[in-house]
Amino acid sequence: MKLHIQNGRLVDPLEGIDAQRDVFIAAGRIVGVGRAPEGFVANRVIDARHLVVAPGLVDLAARLREPGFEYKATLESEMRAAMAGGVTSLVCPPDTEPALDEPGLVQMLKHRARSLNQAHVYPLGALTLGLKGETLTEMAELTEAGCIGFSQANAPIADTNVLLHALEYAKTFGFTVWLRPQDAFLGRTGVAASGAVATRLGLPGVPVIAETVALYTIFEIVRATGAKVHLCRISSAAGLEMVRRARRENLPITADVGVHYIHLTDLDIGYFDAHCRLDPPLRGQRDRDAIREALLDGTIDAICSDHAPVDEDAKQLPFGEAEPGATGLELLLSLTLKWATETDLPLSEALLRLTGGPARVIGGGCGRLAVGDAADLCIFDPRAHWRVEPRALKSQGHNTPFLGYELPGRVVMTVVGGHIGYELATHANHS
Amino acid sequence: MHNPQLNKNGELQHLLSIDGLNAAIVRHILDTASRFVGVSDRDVKKVPLLRGKSVFNLFFENSTRTRTTFEIAATRLSADVINLNIGASSTSKGESLLDTIDNLAAMHADMFVVRHAQSGAPYLIAKHVDHLHGPHVHVINAGDGRHAHPTQGLLDVYTIRHYKKDFTNLTVAIVGDILHSRVARSDIHALQILGVPEIRVIGPHTLLPSGLEQMGVRVFQDMAEGLKGVDVIMMLRLQSERMKGALLPSAQEFFKSYGLTPEKLSLAKPDAIVMHPGPMNRGIEIDSSVADGNQSVILPQVTFGIAIRMAVMSILAGN
Repeated sequence: MKLHIQNGRLVDPLEGIDAQRDVFIAAGRIVGVGRAPEGFVANRVIDARHLVVAPGLVDLAARLREPGFEYKATLESEMRAAMAGGVTSLVCPPDTEPALDEPGLVQMLKHRARSLNQAHVYPLGALTLGLKGETLTEMAELTEAGCIGFSQANAPIADTNVLLHALEYAKTFGFTVWLRPQDAFLGRTGVAASGAVATRLGLPGVPVIAETVALYTIFEIVRATGAKVHLCRISSAAGLEMVRRARRENLPITADVGVHYIHLTDLDIGYFDAHCRLDPPLRGQRDRDAIREALLDGTIDAICSDHAPVDEDAKQLPFGEAEPGATGLELLLSLTLKWATETDLPLSEALLRLTGGPARVIGGGCGRLAVGDAADLCIFDPRAHWRVEPRALKSQGHNTPFLGYELPGRVVMTVVGGHIGYELATHANHS
Repeated sequence: MHNPQLNKNGELQHLLSIDGLNAAIVRHILDTASRFVGVSDRDVKKVPLLRGKSVFNLFFENSTRTRTTFEIAATRLSADVINLNIGASSTSKGESLLDTIDNLAAMHADMFVVRHAQSGAPYLIAKHVDHLHGPHVHVINAGDGRHAHPTQGLLDVYTIRHYKKDFTNLTVAIVGDILHSRVARSDIHALQILGVPEIRVIGPHTLLPSGLEQMGVRVFQDMAEGLKGVDVIMMLRLQSERMKGALLPSAQEFFKSYGLTPEKLSLAKPDAIVMHPGPMNRGIEIDSSVADGNQSVILPQVTFGIAIRMAVMSILAGN
């Protein structure tokens, strides 16, 4: 399939392009930018007038719920959601059932994902067997099976001796360890950020030191081992300040934040809205402002959806019993654009945190549209708004704090590996 | 944000928390209660205001005392009362909270009195019945997690009004386990709404939640300092599971620092009243001589509690 995408506004943050350029695609690759290669004849010409043509989004945390949680979502439903959200590469954490701690499970996941021929799936292997924080997994075998790093998802390692050895072992082979800084004991029973809101609502709190104590431990172990660590979902101003200093010190770390935390605070819990039950918990206004600042000054590399589809029954519970998480794949672009609009941030700067930024974290191979790169594109209408409601979502999870919101930015087409993985129905009718 | 316990006209649809009520509603409840106080002294302790209505006591967490006071209140209003100890029935069979509610609503419940270990559970139930069963079904929060115990807060301010008349010149101290106390939270809101200028909370750092000052209270660790010149002392119950462990070393040590003794009571104003939501732990949070002393209003609180619950039910039923 040869595609000619014409008259669009090409925004490629890594290449520093924000201009009207045509893009030419053949055999799954970008074969021309601005100028067609000689003798190029397209099978399909796509008119992208008034649309933005960007690299396909790279999401550093999207739960596909397979294996084990098919009642929450399936690979089919969530891969469709990824396509509808313009996400062409996604990292899935190992918190499945069983956890991704065996090469066979990873191979099966990769195989199932490949057969759907949609987004590229980059699995994270479990760092310890069953995510129990006790026994290391066969990291080399898991890497061979397709894992791009190792993680505990949201399960902290209580035993610092295990954490030390896990990082030493990962360092031996040059593997990256993805850690969500969360102390195993502090705030263990918490369901909301410690502070005035949790106190008023009578919800057990998770203190900021649950994050900072864990960060301190991680940084000390990184200093001792030199292991590469990616820090997931930093949620507090104090935590971000520690990451900033660690980066200044040139520790081998990268970091992301979840897209919900750019907009929401604990006040949004309102009268116990279980859709705002997230892990880590939503924090205060100052923390939210610090997250926005850290995105701009380079402390944070990427914004991820932290996609966690949850079935309806698991949210129809009292706040503290409701399952944490929000569906996010289809909101990632829109919520990022909303942030850009609110802060007058150039589009290219915002998209960098969804494309080139996360691509660098996983070691390249995506997030850029230079000649020779994989033809993964997200084409969207930056001026269109859409209303978040269950029937607008492809994800099986309809759990989002943004239900009922009008959000900016509508994905019109997603191209992955040179083929059209998603096309907005109304747009197809027009063209 | 829409306050889920009020209807479109700003009237009480459910009683979920004192937080978010205005002074007019609170005073209306207190005034209505004062008319019911006399009912309990009559030979025939019944008024027909809730005749033909069904009140379901849904206690997902056990509490004989609170359940009984609601039961007495409903009976004195001539309602039919159905007591369900849910902990021992449906949820243990795997039925979801909202399925339980739907089943009971189908039996034509008019009012649910709900106690639940999770903060916010009555909000979920209220939202659900509003959506499915319309405005004729009411929910009363009889205590949810650490969040609220609004009828206790109301009976506490009723008691204070009975003895002190004016709220706007009072200093009130709340002492003990604030962290886990829904009573403390409801008391703080009720006192604020009625214009109490100084609310103090007293306890060790392990039993004080963070951000407490933002609720508009002064926080003390030293009980002697905190009790100086107060008009009202509200003691809280210390749950037995908190008495030994990482929050407190022992009940004895707690009593030494935060138990209300005659010596500590003497630091308050001479006419200060002493309150406790019950059940009391004598010798842990309060000395027997204080609990039974002439400044104690602990038993009148219980009596007023019936009248408050009658008032709330009667107002919700549209009287």
